[in-house]
Amino acid sequence: MEWETVIGLEIHVQLATKTKIFSGSSTAFGAEPNTQACAVDLALPGTLPVFNENALRMAVMFGLAIDAEIGKRSVFERKNYFYPDLPKGYQTTQLAEPVVGRGHVDIERADGSTHRVRIHHAHLEEDAGKSLHEDFHGMTGIDLNRAGTPLIEIVTEPDMRSADEAVAFARTLHSLVTSLGICDGNMAEGSLRFDVNVSVRPKGTETLGTRTETKNLNSFRFMEEAIELEVERQIDVLESGGEIRQETRLYNGDTKVARAMRSKEEANDYRYFPCPDLLPIVIDDAYVEAVRATLPILPAQWKATFVEQYGLSDYDASVLSSNNVQAAYFDQVAKACGDGKLAANWVMGELAKHLNQHDTDIQASPVSAEQLGGLLERIKDNTLSGNIAKKVFEIMWQDGGSADEIIEAKGLKQVTDSGAIEQIVDQVIANNTKQVEQYQAAEPDKRGKMLGFFMGQVMKASGGKANPGAVTGILKQKLDALCD
Amino acid sequence: MFDKTLAELAGGLAAGDFSSLELTESCLNRIKTQDAAYNSFITVTEELALNQARAADSLRASGKAGIFTGLPMAHKDIFCTQGVRTSCASRMLDNFIAPYDATLIRKFNEAGAVTLGKTNMDEFAMGSSNESSFYGPARNPWDTERVPGGSSGGSAAAIAARLVPAATGTDTGGSIRQPAALCGITGLKPTYGRVSRYGMIAFASSLDQAGPMARTAEDAALMLNVMAGFDPLDSTCVEREVPDYSASLNDSLEGLRIGLPKEYFADNLNPAIAEQVQNAIREFEKLGATVKEISLPNTALAVPAYYIIAPAEASTNLSRFDGVRYGYRCDNPVDLEDLYKRTRGEGFGDEVKRRIMVGTYALSAGYYDAYYRKAQQARRLIQQDFVKALAEVDVIMGPTTPQPAFRIGEKSSDPVQMYMEDIYTLALNLAGLPGMSVPCGQAQGLPVGLQIIGNYFAEAKLLNVAHRFQQATDWHTQAPASIKG
Repeated sequence: MEWETVIGLEIHVQLATKTKIFSGSSTAFGAEPNTQACAVDLALPGTLPVFNENALRMAVMFGLAIDAEIGKRSVFERKNYFYPDLPKGYQTTQLAEPVVGRGHVDIERADGSTHRVRIHHAHLEEDAGKSLHEDFHGMTGIDLNRAGTPLIEIVTEPDMRSADEAVAFARTLHSLVTSLGICDGNMAEGSLRFDVNVSVRPKGTETLGTRTETKNLNSFRFMEEAIELEVERQIDVLESGGEIRQETRLYNGDTKVARAMRSKEEANDYRYFPCPDLLPIVIDDAYVEAVRATLPILPAQWKATFVEQYGLSDYDASVLSSNNVQAAYFDQVAKACGDGKLAANWVMGELAKHLNQHDTDIQASPVSAEQLGGLLERIKDNTLSGNIAKKVFEIMWQDGGSADEIIEAKGLKQVTDSGAIEQIVDQVIANNTKQVEQYQAAEPDKRGKMLGFFMGQVMKASGGKANPGAVTGILKQKLDALCD
Repeated sequence: MFDKTLAELAGGLAAGDFSSLELTESCLNRIKTQDAAYNSFITVTEELALNQARAADSLRASGKAGIFTGLPMAHKDIFCTQGVRTSCASRMLDNFIAPYDATLIRKFNEAGAVTLGKTNMDEFAMGSSNESSFYGPARNPWDTERVPGGSSGGSAAAIAARLVPAATGTDTGGSIRQPAALCGITGLKPTYGRVSRYGMIAFASSLDQAGPMARTAEDAALMLNVMAGFDPLDSTCVEREVPDYSASLNDSLEGLRIGLPKEYFADNLNPAIAEQVQNAIREFEKLGATVKEISLPNTALAVPAYYIIAPAEASTNLSRFDGVRYGYRCDNPVDLEDLYKRTRGEGFGDEVKRRIMVGTYALSAGYYDAYYRKAQQARRLIQQDFVKALAEVDVIMGPTTPQPAFRIGEKSSDPVQMYMEDIYTLALNLAGLPGMSVPCGQAQGLPVGLQIIGNYFAEAKLLNVAHRFQQATDWHTQAPASIKG
């Protein structure tokens, strides 16, 4: 039988607020355990939550970016369960009245077609702390630094049909929330965590199969592996006459093994009810419009601009628009040099290579968009050859300075003066009589290939500064003259 | 000195009749020698009190004293007090030294008050008799075989016994007003949101409210002046101007419209109490008030609605007591489940466990609509009753309790009978309205409380009404025969 995979996702996005959702503690990652947990985070008796308005603003930004209904009134509820890293014994979250209602995210499939994934809703909630099972000799350590970090949990409809689609969605969402500046996108640190709901059904049928949920996948690769493994498992079970149990599963990305964590029957009764310590959040149109005014240009908008305005390929436009900072950087470079394709080649080539080698991101790039734009301008006006430009870039990266300053200081200006080039060409022809004889002896249609040798010699003799276009013309003319 | 009110003591301190240190030492001495009979204190903070008294005296010497500077008082052991055990009368928090001050404690400290200690109460404020305290019941100074009421029973007993001139209390379903009535003192539950709940250990968050307990309305006004006001640490605290509650105490009651809910004078009311309340009403008529019968038709819903909502909230508010971070932890837990079960099984008393179970049940899948949602609907009906009534009258009056103080042990085996103790008081918490209890007579030699209910944020009116009554009567000055000079 042919099977169809059905996937829905729940994504926990840590919001990039400076302080926690209900307390003034810092949300910075990596501090010593329990140094960023105040009385409220520890759930000391008598403490009360105070809602961080920045978390609301970021949630609304997300809602607007996915074209969702914004809840004019949203309500925090308590989700009750006991766990050592959940200090209050309940998680403050939203259920019946979330801040973000129905919306959608468009993704691009591998074949270039567009697919719309519907978002069921997104709600605000607090993160739990962490249980540390190593290094405590049979005991469990609790770190509450993360407890109270603001999250939005985004819940999709079951609109994806393959691991590829799910990963494409995850990547699109990642680029969206980082572009909005509401999440740092650091998946290794848990800033973005995916739960995947997977079921299979005979192709052509409508009824959804029983689903399982695999929790807390924190890389795109693990997500893809976990889905593929689970689909395979479900099909195996069904084809051997078994039934899928509704259960929560865990996937270990290191061992590539998944296991069941708890079944539906073992699930908690969370006893949700409105949190009496927090008032409903009520916002008006003015608030929503004020937030809308702060929205940056989003990946989809950047991409369309890059294709239309600069004539970039779909692929290049996708890559450059995936991150807001990168997109803005590229846009500035392209505007400065007036050549989108050239700018794209440099941003995705030389710049990306350097960023990679130095393990830094574009935000911290030592070469600014203005500097790079200035450099590319000098390529456009033939002041620099591509190779010399790379040298200038290297100097820029190391020591700073504008392209013009570097060209001036290092005397790297390209030689376009044909008199000067002719002189060098004559010198090269005189010094390489053997190669000239070979050139003369060759069939005319083979001579083009032999030109490379002379080119190299001329460029070398000019210290790389001769304009390659001019050199080619002059060389060809002089050599061919010797053949007549 | 022990028989003076806060206002009188403030006058004495200002006149230099005695120092705060002398006053404080005298209170500490009375507590030390006499509280064994009442068990009204869980913790006496002698060192803290003496330090605060000395600081108050030097502040006064430098000419910077305010009205509250150097006045001694006690706090219900539900308010977190930095460096002091804050137990909520539970084994669960017997070892809990609060690392921070509740907003209310901070405000009294800043006003210059002297903290004598932390008073006894029902465990986690769940009870109407003080019998559920881990530290044993507080006793009613009018008859030490009887309960002082609850949950703020220790505060009420300490004031009635003249151990302290004033104390704080909290009121979730009557926990200030009922013990005030049973001990013959004055207590005020402010409007929900008038006083910060930050640092006050939660029982039922949407009902809990802190308030003053003292011998007179005048003193309660002095205290409310310190307590009331917005607190950015409590989202449910209302940002609204705080009037000077002392300023309007003597306003005339001419033309005051009093409503008497017929439901509050029904069958289960002790006739002796009914008579005393009627006498009080006649006193108000003499002061120029007019009286009419009103109806609060949904009164019967209050007890069942309350005993869904309060336990529901309590069941999750008390989840944090899990033995992981602070408080009681069972010995040698074998695993996580054992840690939870035994910590909570051993750390909580019966009444607390009962309410956690009731609340958990009421919020469970499949029962939520039948219980919690219905109770919230009933709550709205009850609130509407009051809003409608208070459009026609300025204040509502009636008995605070259906019976005078009962004997220790008399109702502790029958929770429902105990819950009926709060039949007149807990509707106010559901509605969020302010209410007072003032002494208005005696029945069988025990104090009777008159409950005065006002509109939202009408605390100044309530205090005015109570003060004028106390100017005209002397029930509030009556002391139990047992107390010694």
